[in-house]
Amino acid sequence: MAQATGALARERRYGKTQRRDRWWLEPVLVATGLGAFIAYSTVSALLGEHWAFEVGPYLSPFFEPLIRPDWLPDWFSPALFILPAPLAFRTTCYYYRRAYYRAYFMSPPACAVREPAGSYSGESRFPLVLQQLHRFALYAALVFVPVLWFGALRSYWHDGELGVGLGSVLITVNAFLLMMYTFGCHSLRHLVAGGLNCFSCSTFRQARHRAWRFVTVANEHHRLWAWTSLIGVGLTDLYIHLVANDVITDPNTWGSF
Amino acid sequence: MPQAHLRVWRGGDDGEYREYDVEYSEGMVVLDVLHLLQATAAPDMAVRWNCKAGKCGSCSAEVNGKPRLMCMTRMQLFDPYETIAIAPLKTFPLIRDLVTDVSHNYAVANGMPEFAPGPPAPDGDYRMQQIDIDRMQEFHKCIECFLCQDVCHVIRDHSDNLPNFAGPRFFVQLAQVSMHPLDEHAKGDTVSAGFGLDYCNITKCCTDVCPEGIHITDNAIIPLKERAIDERFDPIRALGRRLFGRGDGRSH
Repeated sequence: MAQATGALARERRYGKTQRRDRWWLEPVLVATGLGAFIAYSTVSALLGEHWAFEVGPYLSPFFEPLIRPDWLPDWFSPALFILPAPLAFRTTCYYYRRAYYRAYFMSPPACAVREPAGSYSGESRFPLVLQQLHRFALYAALVFVPVLWFGALRSYWHDGELGVGLGSVLITVNAFLLMMYTFGCHSLRHLVAGGLNCFSCSTFRQARHRAWRFVTVANEHHRLWAWTSLIGVGLTDLYIHLVANDVITDPNTWGSF
Repeated sequence: MPQAHLRVWRGGDDGEYREYDVEYSEGMVVLDVLHLLQATAAPDMAVRWNCKAGKCGSCSAEVNGKPRLMCMTRMQLFDPYETIAIAPLKTFPLIRDLVTDVSHNYAVANGMPEFAPGPPAPDGDYRMQQIDIDRMQEFHKCIECFLCQDVCHVIRDHSDNLPNFAGPRFFVQLAQVSMHPLDEHAKGDTVSAGFGLDYCNITKCCTDVCPEGIHITDNAIIPLKERAIDERFDPIRALGRRLFGRGDGRSH
């Protein structure tokens, strides 16, 4: 196909667009939001034992489940056993790919806005071809759904007494948001039944179709779950750190920890 | 009567934007205003249109930089004193004014796999259950306006990818064939056979501009990518195919 060379082609230079709306706002917000979370979570995870992450029945979700064998050196944060799974899951997530390709790689910065790269091969070559491994990150993320709910239930039990605190509520909301984000995954939607062509062919497939419809409902709001769960897990971690380090006091039915 | 201040691309590749003031009536769409312009100040302006009802997909253009159907873009969308820029689709070669040559898409269409049903039931009929075809209904709404093709940065910003990348409109068509309960293609034929699915980085612009509201990315492209991963990247499924003899990759 002939390549345009005239005035219209010159209009296609990087950043050139006739869009008059604030198309730059979304990539700026996404870059800021993701950048802030990455910076905070890195610091929080790496500080490990140097910034208390558990208090009473509360354990930061970055450290759930707590893996702290005796031989673990002080400088090694237990969060490093946990975070690779959610990191891989979010990095290869279809929604986050859209978000960071636009915000960080400007590929493209927004729809109908010229991107800077001179050539483009998408996800067909290394390293971006590794994005295809998303379903394996999903398998790991699925393990954490019951683990986080176990942590949520445990947060209502302290010194042999059933109770509730603001921390319990935050941990429970966090488990719910992360579950909805995981259950809305595009790969899960494919694996439960999306890969089938005949839903009606057996009773088992009909059951899988019902599961597919549930995942589809969660999937339609995948962006919402992605952001609320990201903000939720960060705030829950921050809250528990602040309580554990006596910066704030947790209102609860137990009195004090 | 309200007055529109238009900035319309005139000429070929070396053309220019020309500015026009047009009086229009309440309730008009951009295409109506261009017709008023044709009837008055610019009788030689080329505009492709047909149904004026958002169903033929002919009047695709870029209005204030956004790919849109001009017949479905109401003038009340714009501020009264705003200059409205109207340009041709930028992904395809320009013929003149607002008319582009979209024949590339017809060439791609010729290379698409056609629906290939197996043998019918003994009574000669084909039967499907409603739940098996529900999810494909939205794909049938495509009007081939090619706005998704126009906005897709894979070919919009990198025309060298045109031979390797079918584009969102055709991924919808592939999904329609790939998911059909009666289709007999092996999955590999419909998802991995050189259509350039891997070039898509899921930025969802195709979904954003689709005038029919088809969820192109979520319901066609990503399911196709997942089916391709079944075929090419999933060692567990590859082992299953080897052990249980499902090596033909058929999608049932």
